[in-house]
Amino acid sequence: MGRIQDKFDELKNINTKALITFVTAGDPTIEATKKIVSEIEQKGADLIELGIPYSDPIAEGPVIQAANIRALKNDIKIKNIMDAVMEMRTQVKVPIVYLLYYNCIFQYGADKFFDDCKNSGVDGVIIPDLPFEEQDEIKDTALKYSIDIISLVSPTSKDRVERIARSARGFLYCVSSLGVTGTRESFDTNFEEFFSIINKSVTIPTALGFGISTPEHIKKLKGYCDGLIVGSAIVRRVGESSTEDEAVAKVGEFVSSLRSAMDE
Amino acid sequence: MATQKKGRYGEFGGQYIPETLMNALLQLENQYEKFKNDKSFIGEFEFYLKEYAGRPSLLYFADRMTKDLGGAKIYLKREDLNHTGSHKINNVIGQALLAKRMGKKRLIAETGAGQHGVATATAATLFNMECEIFMGKEDMERQALNVFRMRLLGAKVRPVLSGTGTLKDATSEAMREWASRIDDTYFAIGSVVGPHPYPMIVRDSQSVIGREVKTQIMEKERRYPDYIIACVGGGSNAMGLFHPFIEDKEVNMIGVEAAGEGVNTVRHAAAIAKGSVGVLHGMKSYFLQDRDGQIDPVYSISAGLDYPGIGPEHAHLYSSGRAQYVPATDNEAVEAFKYLTRVEGIIPAIESAHAVAYAVKLAPTLPKDKIIVVNISGRGDKDVYSIAKYMGEDISSEG
Repeated sequence: MGRIQDKFDELKNINTKALITFVTAGDPTIEATKKIVSEIEQKGADLIELGIPYSDPIAEGPVIQAANIRALKNDIKIKNIMDAVMEMRTQVKVPIVYLLYYNCIFQYGADKFFDDCKNSGVDGVIIPDLPFEEQDEIKDTALKYSIDIISLVSPTSKDRVERIARSARGFLYCVSSLGVTGTRESFDTNFEEFFSIINKSVTIPTALGFGISTPEHIKKLKGYCDGLIVGSAIVRRVGESSTEDEAVAKVGEFVSSLRSAMDE
Repeated sequence: MATQKKGRYGEFGGQYIPETLMNALLQLENQYEKFKNDKSFIGEFEFYLKEYAGRPSLLYFADRMTKDLGGAKIYLKREDLNHTGSHKINNVIGQALLAKRMGKKRLIAETGAGQHGVATATAATLFNMECEIFMGKEDMERQALNVFRMRLLGAKVRPVLSGTGTLKDATSEAMREWASRIDDTYFAIGSVVGPHPYPMIVRDSQSVIGREVKTQIMEKERRYPDYIIACVGGGSNAMGLFHPFIEDKEVNMIGVEAAGEGVNTVRHAAAIAKGSVGVLHGMKSYFLQDRDGQIDPVYSISAGLDYPGIGPEHAHLYSSGRAQYVPATDNEAVEAFKYLTRVEGIIPAIESAHAVAYAVKLAPTLPKDKIIVVNISGRGDKDVYSIAKYMGEDISSEG
């Protein structure tokens, strides 16, 4: 049984939902990321998404784009992030998944990449630019190393939801609305309808992401799915901090508020 | 080729794109397949190419250039004479008509040199659509004239500050915008790049270039050319010229990449000469990148060729050996720009000047009975300011 499934099972037993938090690895430094991840776990995150910084992140809004630029300024390499995860694994118990663009895996070499994921203690990968149809290139390799490729469905997926959901692993990443990552004031999506389509075919946990940025959003949306994903709202707090300690404190406080909203 | 996967050219191409866009792409493909064989659609497309864009464009025998170089006969395909000043109008008329039939009300596009932006803004005006153009901030400075033209035409020009502030980033930003407004917006990609079906749609609408060359050269020479040469950034003018000739193996196809300050420096945009296979903007192709897959900043004097990749069908033509790709530096392009202007009285776009540069090298090495066709993909009015700057002359009114 993998960490991801164990975590969702555990949460189900205590009747709450997963708080999934995103940070960009290496923003502003890899040392800061280690501290932030540890703080996030202590403040109640159930699963951590680590964004691997990329030069051309086409699914990201301005906040995460800026974080990528900050991280890449220090010339961070995927290998450094793998090493950092391995080090963090001595303390951090929650599942860790990468969010990265396909070219990073393609250049690193899929076999080596998933092997290194396994050795470092990474549980899954979210690849925003690798839709269902193109997953064949790496599916078997990921499976060989027991790394879950986490599939996404969006409000525009419609007739595609069934196929995607049936073969999805880990959890199903449900994209809240059109567009890119980043905070939104409100959501236009009819979630009743969106999740009624998803729940017809899904056998694994579902988590909703894109634009979720406040405890109010958490309270409003947690009823629809098994987990909620908060990204840009955390990354923005890192970006606004002038020291690493300030970033750790700000993010920690924010995650606590999200946790309270989730457990309320 | 029989077992070829959909949307692939050999191993290249594909649809590496966020799930949010997948149904829109599938719908686009479906609608395109329906309309491309529809008589009224084709009729309308051909009507606008002829009556509005001014096609067919001329195939001009460059007599003075041929004599001066003393080798092969040189013909110039005059895409610079099209309305809006480049080959970009062919593609945009095709896609705007498709967008209209699909019920879209708004066109968005990326642009580098501004040629595609101007063409898109023009088509939007012609077909009464809203228009927004994404352009790198650096390119807006290099191509201020085209920015003004787009605004005159009623388009919004959105400066893209992310990344290197050039064509690559404008493309990413246009894709992001498309993902945000999928319902009413049509993304009119300007080159043979992006996820399937875009490379195919753009190729099909640009293939009018090569088809016309076939007819025109048969009339003049009673045979096909020995060499056809075009510049490549993403590669739409080259693909438009090459595609109808792919099966005519006696015709050598040569794409000319932007070598900037030289392919052995870090300042160039030669994706085939120096790149490796990767994935960006929805396609698998050749890209300039590092071993972690980070896309390298690229450089060329030509904003239109300043792109770190190349269209997937070009990648396939290269890896299968059907076409050759050669580099031309800024310096060679500027010399060719001046050369064509002086010798033939034709001021080419700095992009097209890269193709001219290679023709100038090649022609003298060939016997006089050989024939070269060079695609003059656009006119150079937009470039005079940056060429003057390159030559160390100040022609700006501000002084």
